[in-house]
Amino acid sequence: MWRFLFILVLTAAAAAVNLIPQYSLKTGLDLQGGTHLLLQADMANIDPADRNTALESVKQVISRRVDLYGVSEPLIQTSNFKDDYRLIVELPGVKDVSKAISLIGQTAQLDFREDLSGAGPIDYASPSSAMARIYAFQPTGLTGKDLKKAAVSFGQSGNTTGQPVVSLEFTEAGSQQFAEITKRNVNQPVAIFLDNILITNPIVNEPILSGQAVISGNFTAESASALAIQLNAGALPVPIKIIEQKNISATLGSDSVRKSVIAGSIGLGLVVLFMILLYGINGFLADIALVIYGLITLAVYKLIPVTLTLPGIAGFILTIGMAVDSNILIFERLKEELRAGRPFSIALELAFGRAWDSIKDANMATIITSLVLINPLNFNWLNTSGLVRGFAITLFIGVIISLFTGIIVTRTLMRLFLSHITHPVCDRGN
Amino acid sequence: MKYKWLYFLFSLLFILPGIYFLLRFGLKPSVDFTGGTLLEFVIQPADNQPIPLNDLRSFLEPQISVSSLQTAGDNTFILRSPEFDQSTSQSFQEKISSRFGQVSEKRFATIGPTLGKELIKKTLVGILLAAGFILSYVAYRFHDQKYGICAVLAMLHDSLIMLGVFSFLGVYFKVEVDALFVTALLTILSFSVHDTIVVYDRIRESTKLFPKLTYTQLVNKAVTETLGRSLNNSLTIIFMLLALYLLGGDTTKWFVFALLIGTVSGTYSSTFTAVPLLVLWENLKIKHHTPGM
Repeated sequence: MWRFLFILVLTAAAAAVNLIPQYSLKTGLDLQGGTHLLLQADMANIDPADRNTALESVKQVISRRVDLYGVSEPLIQTSNFKDDYRLIVELPGVKDVSKAISLIGQTAQLDFREDLSGAGPIDYASPSSAMARIYAFQPTGLTGKDLKKAAVSFGQSGNTTGQPVVSLEFTEAGSQQFAEITKRNVNQPVAIFLDNILITNPIVNEPILSGQAVISGNFTAESASALAIQLNAGALPVPIKIIEQKNISATLGSDSVRKSVIAGSIGLGLVVLFMILLYGINGFLADIALVIYGLITLAVYKLIPVTLTLPGIAGFILTIGMAVDSNILIFERLKEELRAGRPFSIALELAFGRAWDSIKDANMATIITSLVLINPLNFNWLNTSGLVRGFAITLFIGVIISLFTGIIVTRTLMRLFLSHITHPVCDRGN
Repeated sequence: MKYKWLYFLFSLLFILPGIYFLLRFGLKPSVDFTGGTLLEFVIQPADNQPIPLNDLRSFLEPQISVSSLQTAGDNTFILRSPEFDQSTSQSFQEKISSRFGQVSEKRFATIGPTLGKELIKKTLVGILLAAGFILSYVAYRFHDQKYGICAVLAMLHDSLIMLGVFSFLGVYFKVEVDALFVTALLTILSFSVHDTIVVYDRIRESTKLFPKLTYTQLVNKAVTETLGRSLNNSLTIIFMLLALYLLGGDTTKWFVFALLIGTVSGTYSSTFTAVPLLVLWENLKIKHHTPGM
C-alpha cells in the first residue's frame, strides 16, 4: 500500500512540475530556430603552452560580443579535437545572421590609452563624468601585439603581499614604449581598452622600465583571472574562422514540433488501444503506467533540464513504444502461468519474477548503446554532435523510467486491483 | 527450426540485393560527411505560380557550382554545393529574389571538409564500441560465447539490411545518409539485441527446466513461447514510428524510416536469424565431436 501512495505522490509531483509554467521545456536550435556555428581558432602563431589560455580568451571575447548583441541564452563552449582548437557558438532566435557572424569573427583589439587633455586629475566622485573623461583618452600606440601575455600571480611586496594581482609581460619593443608611457603618466591612470571598451584603468605609481608590470587592486582570484583573460585576448590574438554553420528558420522548427506532437499523440492512442484489445484490464493498467511514464519523463526533461531537439522528440516517442515492452513480456508470461493452472495471485508474482531476468538483460543493451552515443565523459574521439546526443539522452532517460513504470507501477496497480481475481481474465484475444 | 534454411534464404533475399547496391553504388553521404553547403529556401513569386526546377537550375548554374537541386514542397528548394559562406549565400539569395520573387531561407548548413572525415571516424569508433560492449555483455550473461557471437551476427544482418535499403533509396530517391542515420543504426543494433536476448533468455531457462529435451526441441519451445511477445512489442514500436513517419516533420522523416526498417528487420532477425544460427552452431559442434557419423 505504501508503494501505491509513493507512486501517487510521485505522479502528482510530476504532474505539478508539468503544469507550473516556471519549469519550461528547453528546446534546441532546430526547434526554435537560430544559428549554430563551429569556429576554428588558428593557433599557428601561438606558443603551444599558451593555446588553451588563448582559446579561453577568445571564448570570453565572443561571449561579451554576443551579450552586447542581445542574444538570449546563447551557448558558447570550447570543443577541442586533437590539435584543433574549436568553439561551438549557438545563437537562438538571431535574425540577421550575417551581422552576428561578422561581429563574432573579428580578432580582438586591445590598446593602451592615456590622458592628453591636461584637464588635471579625474574626479572619481562622479562616475559618469569620470567615465566620459576616460573614454576621451588618446591612443598611445601601444597595442595587444606589444603585450606578450598576462597572468594571475600573487603580490610579492608591500601591502599587496599574498593578494591576487595581474602581471603583464611586454615584448621588447613593447617594454620600451611602455617605459615611455609610464614615465609620462606617473600618478595618472593609463586605460586599457578591448574592442573599444574599457576593461581597466590602473594608476601608474612609478615608471616601469623592465617590461614587467603588475596591476594590483582589490582583486579576488576570480576578478584577477577575468582581467587576465581579457588582456590575453589582445595579447594572444587568434584569428578564427567558421568551419561549420547551420541556420534554421523558426518557422521550420515550430512546424516540426507541431507535427511531432500530433504524430506522438496518435501513436500513443494506438498503443493504448492495442494494449487494451490484447490484454483487457491488464492492458488498461499498463496504459495507466504508460501515462505515468509520460508525465514523469516530461518532468525529468524539465528538471534536469534536457535540451529537446527534433531527434530527441523522436527518441521520446520511440521510448513510449518500448516502454510497454516490459508489460508485454510480463503479461505473456502471466498467460502461460495461468495456463499452467496456477491461481492468479501466484501466477502474477511468478510472471513478474521470471520476466525480470529477460527485461534486465534486454534493457542493458539499450543502456549501453545510448551511453556510447551520449559520450558522457566527452571523449573527443567519440560523437559530440548535439542532435545525436539529444536523441540518446531521451532514449537513456526513457529506458530507466520505463523500467520503473513498466514493472513497479504496473505490479503495484495489479496487486491492488486484481489480486482478488481467481479466474484468468487476462486470457482474452490473441 | 525445421525451416532454418528457408529463414536464411528469406534473409538473403533482402541482403544480397542490398550488398549488390552497396558495392555498385555505395551510399549517398550527406554534407555531414562530405563537407559542403546545403541551402533550403522558399521563393514567393509575385504571380504565385510554381517555378520550374529547370529554370532555377539554369539560372543558378553560372553563378555557383550546383551539386544538386531538388524540390521539397511548394516552391521550396534544396540546393547542395561545395562549401560557400554566409555572405555568398546572402548575395546569391538577393539575385534569386530579383529574378524569381522574394526568397526566404529555411535552413542553411555549411560544413568544412575535414569535419566530414572526423565524423566518419567517430561513427566507426562508436559502432565498434557499442557492438563490442554488447557482445561482451551477452557473452558474460549467458556464460557462452556462442550466444554473443550469434547475437552480433543478427546485428550484422540488420545493419546490412538497413545499409542496403538506404543504398537503394539513395539511387532512386536521392536519400542521403547523415549523422542521424548512424544514430538510427545504433539504436536498431541495441533493439535487435534486446529482442534476441529475450529469446535466448528463454532458451537458457528451458535448458534448466527440461534437461531431457534436445537442443533443437528446447529452441523450438522457446521460440514459440516468445514469438507472441516479440510481435506485440514490435507492433507497439511500429505504431509509434509509423505515426511519426506519416505525420511528423520532414527533417526526421528518413531517420524514422531507417528506424522502421530496422525494427522490422530486428524483429525478424531475433527469431529467424539469431536462433537458427544457434542451432546451426550446435549441430556443427555435434558433428565435429562424433566423426564416426
